[in-house]
Order: sequence, then C-alpha cells, then structure tokens
Amino acid sequence: MDDLPRSYSEIRPLLERRQLSARELSEQHFQAIEERNPQLGAYLWLCRERAFAQAEAVDQAVRTGAPLPPLAGLPVAIKDVILTRGVATTAGSRILEGYLPPYDATAVARLEQAGAIILGKTNCDEFAMGSSTENSGYFPCRNPHALDRVPGGSSGGSAAAVAANLAVAALGSDTGGSIRQPASFCGVVGLMGTYGRVSRYGLIAFASSLDHIGPFARSVRDVAAVLGIIAGRDPHDSTSADVPVPDYLAELNKPVKGMKLGVPREYFGPGLDGEVKSKIEAGIRKFGELGCEILEVSLPHTEYAIACYYIICTAEASSNLARYDGVRYGFRAPGVNELDAMYRATRGRGFGAEVKRRIMLGTYALSAGYYEAYYRKAQKVRQLIYQDFVKAFERVDALVTPTSPTPAFRLGEKTADPLQMYLADIYTVTGDLAGVPGISVPCGKSKEGLPVGLQLMGRHFDEARLLRLAHAFEAAGGFEL
Amino acid sequence: MKITRQDVEYVAALAHLDLSEEEITRLQRELDSILTYVDQLNRLDTTAVAPMAQVLYAAPPDVALRADQEGKSLERPEALAAAPDATDTFVKVPKVIER
Repeated sequence: MDDLPRSYSEIRPLLERRQLSARELSEQHFQAIEERNPQLGAYLWLCRERAFAQAEAVDQAVRTGAPLPPLAGLPVAIKDVILTRGVATTAGSRILEGYLPPYDATAVARLEQAGAIILGKTNCDEFAMGSSTENSGYFPCRNPHALDRVPGGSSGGSAAAVAANLAVAALGSDTGGSIRQPASFCGVVGLMGTYGRVSRYGLIAFASSLDHIGPFARSVRDVAAVLGIIAGRDPHDSTSADVPVPDYLAELNKPVKGMKLGVPREYFGPGLDGEVKSKIEAGIRKFGELGCEILEVSLPHTEYAIACYYIICTAEASSNLARYDGVRYGFRAPGVNELDAMYRATRGRGFGAEVKRRIMLGTYALSAGYYEAYYRKAQKVRQLIYQDFVKAFERVDALVTPTSPTPAFRLGEKTADPLQMYLADIYTVTGDLAGVPGISVPCGKSKEGLPVGLQLMGRHFDEARLLRLAHAFEAAGGFEL
Repeated sequence: MKITRQDVEYVAALAHLDLSEEEITRLQRELDSILTYVDQLNRLDTTAVAPMAQVLYAAPPDVALRADQEGKSLERPEALAAAPDATDTFVKVPKVIER
C-alpha cells in the first residue's frame, strides 16, 4: 500500500480538509496489514473495534468543527509488552496467552487522548528479551527490506510495521537497545528518552532500572510529536521524572551550527562492519557540513558494557518475572495438584528458552555467595560506564555512533549462540546503563540494500537537542547517504 | 567448568522452573560460557567505586510521594477476570497444606 500517507504532516491536512476520514485511513491500514502481515509477522493482535471507535470520534470532531487534538487520526502500533485495556497483551509470551489487561498503560492512554488510533499489538522477543524478534513465543517477524533477515529486536514488530507502512508511528520499549537497534535494521527513526522521561505505568517489567518506552516513526518530526505526548510525570509511576517537557516540535528547526559532537573511538573498533563504518563516517561528515564541530572522545569502559548489562538485566528480570506463577493471570499448567509443583510446571512450560536462560542467569547472580561477585560488581562497573558519559558530556553536546555493528542479520544466524546475539547490542546497552537518551536515524543502505542506522546520544533530558540534530540530518539528506 | 549440573538444578529450584534433561545440559553449557565472558569485569579494580542501582535525576526528596488519600483501585471482578481459576472473591490454587 504505497499510496498510504507517509507521515502525520501529510495526514493532518487531509483530515482537516475532509479529503480523508480517520475511518478510511484506519481501514486502509487494516487492509494493508491483512495483505502483508502473514508474510511479515509484524503484528500479533489487532483491535479493529477500538480503532474504529476512536476514528469515529476523530471524524465526529472534524464534522462538527471541534478542535482536533494534536495527533488526531494518527495510526499507531503498540509493542505487545505495553498494556492495552481489553486488548490482548502477551509480551510475546505463551505464558500470557489470551491475557486481557484491565487498564491502559499511561503512554497508550495519552496517545488516545491526543487522538491517535491504536491499530494493534506488535510482535517482539518474549518479554522483550532478544535482539531479533526470533524469541517471540508466537512467530518470528521479518525485515521488510529483506524477508530472510531479522527486523532486529526486541521491538522488531513495531519497527517493521512502521517500515512497511502498516502504521505511521509505533511504541516500543528499550532496555538494552530494543528501540534503536530495530529502528536501525528497518530504516526508521526510533528514540529512547532519558530514564524517567516517559512513564512506564503499564509496561510489562523486564529490568526496572533499564526499561524505557519510546516512539518509532518514519520522520524525526513524527517521533518528536509522539514523544511530546507520552513524556512527562505520571503519578502512577514513581520513577517518572518531574522535569518539564519542552515543545519538541518547536525545537526542531533551531540551528545545529556550532554544536560539539563527540565520536567515541571505542565504537569504531574491531567487530564493526566495514560498510556500516563507512556510512557512519559519511554521516559524521554530514554533521560537519551542517556546521557541527566534530571531536574524538573516549568512553573507556565500553568493552565491559555487555558483561555488566547481562548481569544487571537478568538479575532484575529474575525478580520481575517471579509474578508469572499461574495464579493471577495467564497460563496455568493443568493437572498439577500441588502448589509448588504447579508453579514449576507453569513456568517451565510457559516460558521460552531465552527467558528461562535469563531467569537462570539472574537467579544465579543474585544467589547466596555470588551476589557480591556478580551483581554488586556489575553495579560498580555500571557506575564507571555512567561516569564515562558524564566526562564526555563535559566536552561535547552529543555523541554520534553506529547504532549496531552490522546491518540486519539472517534469521537463524545467531540463535545457536546466545553470546553472539547479546553482542548485537554493544553500542546501545551503554545508553540504557547510563540512562541517557538516544535516537537512531537511517544513514543510507549497504550494497545489499540493508538499512544502516546512526545513533545520537545526549545528556540527561536533552532529547530536544538530539531531535534537532536528527531533524537537520534528515533535512540535509542524511537518511539517503 | 564453573557451573556444575548441581548448580543448574539448585538455581532452577530457586527460580521455580521445571527443566527437561536436555535443558539442564544446555543451560549448564550456556551459563558457563556467559559467566566466563562476564569474568572480564574482574579486570577492573572497583574497590573505590560506589555501586549504581539506578539513574537518578536532581529532584526534591518527596517528589515520588503523593498525598495520603484513598484512590480508586480495580473492582474485584476486573482484578479476578484474568485468573486461570477463581471464585467471585478469591483466586483458587492447588492444595497448599495437607490436612
């Protein structure tokens, strides 16, 4: 459905001039989803009734001349780890098959209040644990640019849906790169805000000190528009920050000339694909042409980030996933007549291989005798990684790096070795550990036609600057380098 | 090997996970490989480093506190609707203690 509008800037005037109704736009999207999703696997669950009810409310406002909310009629997809009242939410896991949440996540409620139309729930790695969406408990998702390739993960369905024009924007979650890496693989824009920027109320918890919700779209402007709606303090999430939300759209066109951009040398070492490297270098030159000052910086503890991350995230996950015990929601193993045995059977059958692996690793790292050696040690290394960023941001306004060391890999290529899969997150886990915001934008394609993503990271709560840089990069043709 | 079969069985019991014979063998190998990789953290001297549990931003200490007033919560039928087995008022689980 290449005739579908590409961005909300195109949709809005069509709605206002009554050349397109929200109902028509939703129907077009559902039709495109029906045609392409069986092949792509981007969506797990659709919510037509809810979408059409919301579309009707938007069309009613247009008919009566009532003021239109900021995202009126925007078709969005929601990652399946984010709760939607009365609409299936499974975190891509069999253990939550058929679960209908009794409330909406704050990010979802805010999007709907702003007029957005929720189309459905997108595929992901089970409980957001993975880098390829191959760990989905239902079916894998494929990359719209090459169907034998993964879309990245864990928010692969959201990235693929946006890339394939099956939604104009989407929400994902990022714990170790799960927004930025699939954005990179699918050639779309994906943003993770500062830790605490967006409420996690209603996000199924994976690793609470690292989890973020954030937007995907095809343009920086649409990402900025969605972020402006979902960001801000929420009384339901005590970790959401009480920091004012700037008008991100108004910030977009401010100049970038004179900004100092740091290039961390550790992000260009062995393991970085040659084609990705040359595209990112071209991207950096583009920022130079835009008047930014380019400086080499060092984040010396980068090499320890994956080891640090996989202790902290699995420890937190082992605790967060204790709640899936077959009692209050989801799957319960049938025919087991003793409580403890029921817990063990439910969890043994309900969780997939990667989730079990991480629960085991995290439980081990927290168990008596190993807590100091692993969990405590990782928390200390996290401090060192964080201090690397603090020091770098004394010299520069933002960092520019590759988002992922390679373009999208093939389905099955990394499933045999968990460690190889973990290393796909090497340039993104650092941002989660330090709690700094990051955005991935398209930066050309490889010879095989696979998208390359460029990452910008910034100071805490400096999303506006990242969006401004990304917007200038987009306007200067950086996406097609 | 850092990880023994007994370690895997012990941790699986702590985590309330039934594992098949094949899973135990595989997890022993995988956990061993991951923990060997993680050992690189020991190259860093962190004796003087404060552990970091969470990213904190500058905020008043009471920012996360609300007024101590009763709020709306889920109605019981909504809260019980997703339970695999429930009565009107309780979730039901298999027998916990012998009588």
